[in-house]
Amino acid sequence: MNSTTAKQLDPDQINVILATDCGSTTTKAILIEKINGEYRQTFRGEAPTTVEEPAADVTVGVVNAVTEVGELAGRKLIDDNGEIIRPAQGDTGCDIYISTSSAGGGLQMMVAGVVREMSAASAKRAALGAGAIVMDMICSNDKRLPHEQIQRIRELRPDMILLAGGTDGGTLKHVVELAELIAPAKPQPRFGGSYKMPIIYAGNQEAAKLVEEAFDDDVKLMTVANVRPVLEMENLAPARDAIHDLFLEHVMAHAPGYNKLISWADAPIMPTPGAVGNILQTIAEQQNINALGVDIGGATTDVFSVFDGTFNRTVSANLGMSYSISNVCASATLPMILRWVHLDMDPRELRNHIKNKMIRPTTIPQTREALVFEQAVAREALRLAYIQHKEFATTLKGVQQQRTVGDTFSQNSSGASIVDNMKLNLLVASGGVLSHAPSMNQTAGMMIDAFEPEGMTVLAKDSIFMMPHLGVLAQVHPRAALEVFERDCLIYLGTCIAPRGLYRAGKSCFRYHIRSHSLKESGEMLCGEMKLFPLDEDEQATVTVEPGRGYDFGAGSGKRKEFQARGGKVGLILDARGRPLVVPTSEKDHLTELNSWIEELQLYPEPALTEV
Amino acid sequence: MAKAYSPGLQISQRVLHSSRRILPIPGDVLVQEGDRVTADQIVAQTFMPGDVTPINIANQISVAPSEVPHCMLIAAGDEVHVGDILARSNGIFGFFKSETRAKTAGTIESISHVTGQVILRGAPMPIQVCAYQAGRVKEVIPQQGVVIESEVAFLQGILGIGGEAFGTITFACQNKQEPLTAELLDESMRGKIVIGGARMTGKAVMRGIEIGVAAMISGGIDDEDLKEILGYDLGVAVTGSEHIGTTLIITEGFGDIAMADRTFNLLKEQEGAKAAVNGTTQIRAGVLRPEIVIPLDDRSSAGKETRQAVSAGILESGVPVRIIRDPYFGLLGQVGEMPTELRTLESGSLSRVLEVILDSGENVIVPRANVELIEG
Repeated sequence: MNSTTAKQLDPDQINVILATDCGSTTTKAILIEKINGEYRQTFRGEAPTTVEEPAADVTVGVVNAVTEVGELAGRKLIDDNGEIIRPAQGDTGCDIYISTSSAGGGLQMMVAGVVREMSAASAKRAALGAGAIVMDMICSNDKRLPHEQIQRIRELRPDMILLAGGTDGGTLKHVVELAELIAPAKPQPRFGGSYKMPIIYAGNQEAAKLVEEAFDDDVKLMTVANVRPVLEMENLAPARDAIHDLFLEHVMAHAPGYNKLISWADAPIMPTPGAVGNILQTIAEQQNINALGVDIGGATTDVFSVFDGTFNRTVSANLGMSYSISNVCASATLPMILRWVHLDMDPRELRNHIKNKMIRPTTIPQTREALVFEQAVAREALRLAYIQHKEFATTLKGVQQQRTVGDTFSQNSSGASIVDNMKLNLLVASGGVLSHAPSMNQTAGMMIDAFEPEGMTVLAKDSIFMMPHLGVLAQVHPRAALEVFERDCLIYLGTCIAPRGLYRAGKSCFRYHIRSHSLKESGEMLCGEMKLFPLDEDEQATVTVEPGRGYDFGAGSGKRKEFQARGGKVGLILDARGRPLVVPTSEKDHLTELNSWIEELQLYPEPALTEV
Repeated sequence: MAKAYSPGLQISQRVLHSSRRILPIPGDVLVQEGDRVTADQIVAQTFMPGDVTPINIANQISVAPSEVPHCMLIAAGDEVHVGDILARSNGIFGFFKSETRAKTAGTIESISHVTGQVILRGAPMPIQVCAYQAGRVKEVIPQQGVVIESEVAFLQGILGIGGEAFGTITFACQNKQEPLTAELLDESMRGKIVIGGARMTGKAVMRGIEIGVAAMISGGIDDEDLKEILGYDLGVAVTGSEHIGTTLIITEGFGDIAMADRTFNLLKEQEGAKAAVNGTTQIRAGVLRPEIVIPLDDRSSAGKETRQAVSAGILESGVPVRIIRDPYFGLLGQVGEMPTELRTLESGSLSRVLEVILDSGENVIVPRANVELIEG
């Protein structure tokens, strides 16, 4: 099958599902099987991605990863011609095969819109939501002169361009002006010098004809519904779908072996981050909660959020743990990273270590010092990515709000961030440094320090990085995707309870009472303290907190609040370090407090070594 | 598992190497299949569409955008010189006409009746591609470029700064442990490819730029020095377009680290030979490492066997490796045992490991991810 639409399948007849994710460096494969009427993830394999010479065929890596899964599962998945066997019969083959991809560096786009805060922002949201990295945003008010904008377009080699601008029936001139800037720049696509640059027009529909006139045959222009038909509303889905279609038809089709891969897959291949976003949206919708997910990779950190049903996704293109680790250090600065390090380290050596990791990105920390440092860098990468996400995930800008007398003292305006840590219910960690941390406590520690959750927040992690696979699966078999997500993908770490309010040395922060099967605890938390209580995965605890003046758990400053906390592999964490989180300025005090947090959360216990 | 896939850096004494020299947009190929070419010979060229200058005629002569086409004195496709009158308004009853003149030369590409904007395109800009690798034209790709093939000594570095450079190989350091310092460089090295030993200092690089050396190659560099040389902190390892006045290649990594024996000795064998180097590095999907290409003449070919370049990447007992992460960073050795079962590292992580028999004779256990093959 060579199509961009999903094959019509009877969900009840699907018992064995094979899914792959072709990453930049590694192709991951998982097997999902129906066991006793329930879908479970059973085996996993991986192999290097093979878009480069000497293989130069992505399906080689897919076959290698699938073969590994097949060997582990005792199921023959690849036939003698090197193709995936379907449908499943006995211990042979699978019923459906699906895949995601970020091989070749993922989807890279440029967006253009008339006003940076309005149509251009909507276009950017559509591109990010589709799983693209946005290389640049061109708009009429971006303070660059026209010739500078043209020069920028010429320098970039995006996979495609999304052009928006004007509400339907609104400005014609400005959006056509943008088209007139892009057309003469003659943008060159990244792959395959012979194919035409795809441009999606998603602006004022009345200007569509004029925009068409501005472009010649050097580009492939596609017109879809306006991303912002009226000021108060966004309509991102048509542009997002068009991006997916073009990604499949133009970008991936030019990467070696992809046509074969497309013909193998039973559902359209999606960009990896687009798939992760889908699964987070599904879980937030099903459980009716606000959720935040993060996927920290080697090159980028993706943050996904669903607040009150609104989905947002950002890609921090140069914040990552290997390829981009040096950029994290440059952006965050070394002193900010070292505030999470309790061991004595030489800054000059550290700087060289960071660069060595950048040039040899696949290495892993062998020593405890190296691990502590990498996890400190991860905290800063996550923190910076989250700041970028909060700045992007805003209410629509440019929308006039009616104000009443009651709003006199409120400073709320359009364009305020919709990300509110106090309203956050579930925080999900994914990506190498979080998913593969030697202990769950370390994952929880990194997430709390970076995201600073407030009120009560459940912490979870993606067990083996299978969210992308499940994102695609959700498109063809939502039930299977959800069952696997709940049972095998998400590992609940526990709950973090923390008040909003500033750190005041030596002062009381809040009193607490915890009641559960196994816990009967009460006490007082001083500012700067952390406490960890064991609370099993299948256990819930009633936690009552009485904050001091200036501290708020969501009920108002100094007001009592009761929570139903969920247990997990780590347990229940009480955090009285203040929000926003600031560490003591004196080096001695800081080190004392840092050591107490590390000890309380049991972050770096001496490991039991096996001959290393 | 007694074998594993692990890519490494290639260091080959003699290999049949080919370079694809492709234009960014279609153009003309200037050589034919079978031709012998020198490294700096132009093999293909094309013309990029010239720079674009948008001119808002409607604003400049105060007319509505829809009137602009009627006010234009020069049609689309016509050539324009600096000072030419581009458009003139009709004025009021033929009076108070305003006009606008071209500030740059070019050709009128389009006249918009919607925005009142005129696009002026400058003269086409030539783009030329040189052979880079001296050798024979193996293949001509019509309108795109050529593939050049020759027998070469081929070495990959780990990170480079700056693009392509050519020159004669000359040594500044006498052994692989000797740091490349400013005092070791002199005027005779102008235009040459200078080989150091261990870390190249910042002062040495500044001195090399002052002298005008074509390229500097050494084992390591200090991050602080690199930051000073570039003027900014290198955030991601995607390089090649820097213009610092020379090309730099480090073969091992950051810090005080000696060049691998094999690399140093191979370069030493080629002292006085002409080489092409390219510092372009891209450590992302589609990894690109800096390279040193030394075409071998017939005399040096005698009695030596030529191989096809291969990158097997198979890690197995006995193959030479370099440890690429602390606590043994930079040490060289060969693979000993490769146990199948996972081990707990000092960091607490579970990992697949292998034994490395160091050149000193000592045996150490390291994660498989922390070694790199030295491929020949």
